[in-house]
Amino acid sequence: MRLPLATLLRLAWRNLWRNYRRTLIMLLAIAVGVWAMIAMSAFLRGMTDQMVRSGLNTLPGEVQIHQSNYRADPSVVNSMPPPDGDLLDALNQPPITAWTSRVRVPAMVSSEYDSRGVILLGVDPEGETAIGALPDTIVEGRFLSDADDRGVVLGQRLVERLDTAMGKRVVLMSQDPDNNVADRGARVVGIYRARLRSTEDTLVYAARNPTQSMLKLGSAVSEVAVIGGDYRHSESLVPPLAAAVTNMQLVQSWQQLDPYLGSMLKVQDGFTLIFMVVIFLALSFGLVNTLVMAVFERMREIGLMQALGMRPGLILLQVLIESVLLLSLGLIVGNVAAWLTIKPLESGIDISAVADGMEMMAMGTTLYPALDGRDMLTSTAIVVGLGILASLLPAWRAARLDPIRALAKT
Amino acid sequence: MNVGSRLAWRNLWRHSRRTWLTVGAMIFCNVLLVFMISLQLGSYGMMIDNSLGPFTGHAQIQHKDYLDDGKMRQSVPAAAALAQQVRGDIGLESVSARAVGFALASSEERSFGVQISGVQAAYEPLVSTLPGLVAQGRYLSESDNDAIVIGRVLATNLRATLGDEITFLGSGRDGSFAAGVATVVGIVDSGIDDLDRAMAHVPLGWFQEVFAMGDHGHQIVIRFADIDAVTPGLAALAPQLDLGDELVLLDWDALLPGLRQAITSDMASAWMMYGVLVLLVAFSVLNTQLMSVLERTREFGVMLALGMKPSRIARLVGMETLMMAALGLSIGVLGGAAVVAYLSVAGFHFPGMEEMASQFNLPDRIYPEVSALGLLWGPLTVFVMSVFAALYPALRIFRLRPVPAMRAV
Repeated sequence: MRLPLATLLRLAWRNLWRNYRRTLIMLLAIAVGVWAMIAMSAFLRGMTDQMVRSGLNTLPGEVQIHQSNYRADPSVVNSMPPPDGDLLDALNQPPITAWTSRVRVPAMVSSEYDSRGVILLGVDPEGETAIGALPDTIVEGRFLSDADDRGVVLGQRLVERLDTAMGKRVVLMSQDPDNNVADRGARVVGIYRARLRSTEDTLVYAARNPTQSMLKLGSAVSEVAVIGGDYRHSESLVPPLAAAVTNMQLVQSWQQLDPYLGSMLKVQDGFTLIFMVVIFLALSFGLVNTLVMAVFERMREIGLMQALGMRPGLILLQVLIESVLLLSLGLIVGNVAAWLTIKPLESGIDISAVADGMEMMAMGTTLYPALDGRDMLTSTAIVVGLGILASLLPAWRAARLDPIRALAKT
Repeated sequence: MNVGSRLAWRNLWRHSRRTWLTVGAMIFCNVLLVFMISLQLGSYGMMIDNSLGPFTGHAQIQHKDYLDDGKMRQSVPAAAALAQQVRGDIGLESVSARAVGFALASSEERSFGVQISGVQAAYEPLVSTLPGLVAQGRYLSESDNDAIVIGRVLATNLRATLGDEITFLGSGRDGSFAAGVATVVGIVDSGIDDLDRAMAHVPLGWFQEVFAMGDHGHQIVIRFADIDAVTPGLAALAPQLDLGDELVLLDWDALLPGLRQAITSDMASAWMMYGVLVLLVAFSVLNTQLMSVLERTREFGVMLALGMKPSRIARLVGMETLMMAALGLSIGVLGGAAVVAYLSVAGFHFPGMEEMASQFNLPDRIYPEVSALGLLWGPLTVFVMSVFAALYPALRIFRLRPVPAMRAV
């Protein structure tokens, strides 16, 4: 006897609704499970994205070139000449979309009342604009106008700590390559706010040329920052640059510059997968139970079908189709529910109540869940794939029934 | 065992596979919950200890604006004397006065802006974990004057080794120019770069002299026996202190508000996951019990016809659920306890954790906390929710009428 697939499908569908209560409860369970898988991964993805982005903000530049000792010893001594020749050519090749060079040295900034240790960035405002590394918002005054601007731009919190204000003078102090104290007075021309308060405490912006002359650097710089395309795939920018630099220079992507940030993405993917599998395992007990019951109730019926000549393979297939139908319905409901609940939240959830805690995790005060097609696909794949695997046992048992005994069963 | 419970027990094993599958769902969920909750509690404990250990301590006396502004002028007068008084008040030696400032530190080759702390050499080791982590040389002693102990990263950055002199340039409390020279006597290695970059301890007296502080300090750091002793300890201390309008007594929660919030938000997201798990198990129980009630419609019809009250049958179904849930609870807790007991000795570790751990001030192995709370919290929730889920099937019994029920297929 050969049954066309359409008949099997109809049989399975009708079987499913013979005990509609059981099917509905199971459907609800699958939908809740799928919803939780997608919602959780959307939140997690939102959190990781934010951590990585604010991390990239404090480390402006997805790929950076330094003098090879600079990372271990971020001193003015370990600076390098500005890009020229091969490197300059390589920097102007796509997929690199923009680059800039800057001076980055530890320094002290003092007002008439107090002093703080900071990182002094000597930047070219045009270049920083091009790579999108400007401070988040300027709350007072302006950003540096050009590479010769003699002013400084401080973070809001640093301004408070130093008890200084717009238009007042502060003193920048660092060392030159011969370890003589290098200092200059500068006027506060702008005050910025950053997503993280700790950034406001640390980064002080000055223009590149006055910084170079204060530090007696000539035209040397500390780092070259490069961006291009998707920040998740910055490693691909590294090899052409690495080929162009001298052996005294080092090219690193942000994943190498900050291993914690780099590992974040991987840990997040791994955690999402584990979470989905765990939820599915909790679900699978109910799924297997439902199928075992469905087979048990229909023992006589299955025996009869076998006695009439239906092959075991078709019985197995029928139970599997039943399971897949159930899972697919649950997946549709779960995915739609997740879409409906998460999409409106993507504009951001205010979590400022725990702002300081979020700051410890390098996150801002708004959480943006990110619904990602890939997470929806992964959860669907897990539910269908593992679901079929879990249904195999009851289906196989149904197919293996001895027709005579099954028929005799009361 | 009376008739009711014997009947319930036997009913349970009429479909042993179904029962085991349902109990299996409970056990799976319970073991997972015990493991995760214990791990969480353990990591919170470590997170608190490791975050407070190096600098913050359990509580501090500060100028009321110092926490927000951190200015040098916002100081505590007669700091050492006040610390001595607090020691008497709480009956503990672990109280230390500190002064904190920023200065440009220069060695022969390098200059860096650093945070520098003036500490009481005799008491600092009692409130902070850093003095115990000296890797080279020694920590400060009471006879030291112009000595300094610095962190490993700072030492590398300054290219300074034991015996080198470090010059400090900064501004004093009154805004005057402050300068001093100190000799490196020790290098601390905590293994956490951020700490080793920010650590520079000098004797309090020397600090006060260089930064024109007089007898002032910035923090009186208090450390109690453990974290649970903080609240009662502070409640006892507060009435004995006369801090005036300028000074405040702050506990660790006020000093480091991020810590509790990080824990709260971590808990909130974890609870969402636990809630989903428990809900799924509840669905599983609901399904099983509904099936078992529906398939016994005829049986229940007969029992009703024989004069048994519906409430008694409902109790029977309730008893079955209770037994099933109790089975899941006991095996789940035992299994969970075994996992947690093993990990509390061996520690828990997953790849990628080192980077994560150092960000949150955790060691690279987490030891779950073995506690009644961690062991029972999750499983009890599962138990209650399971029994709750069986309410609907049990209540259906009241709608049964003997004759149609006996005729049901």
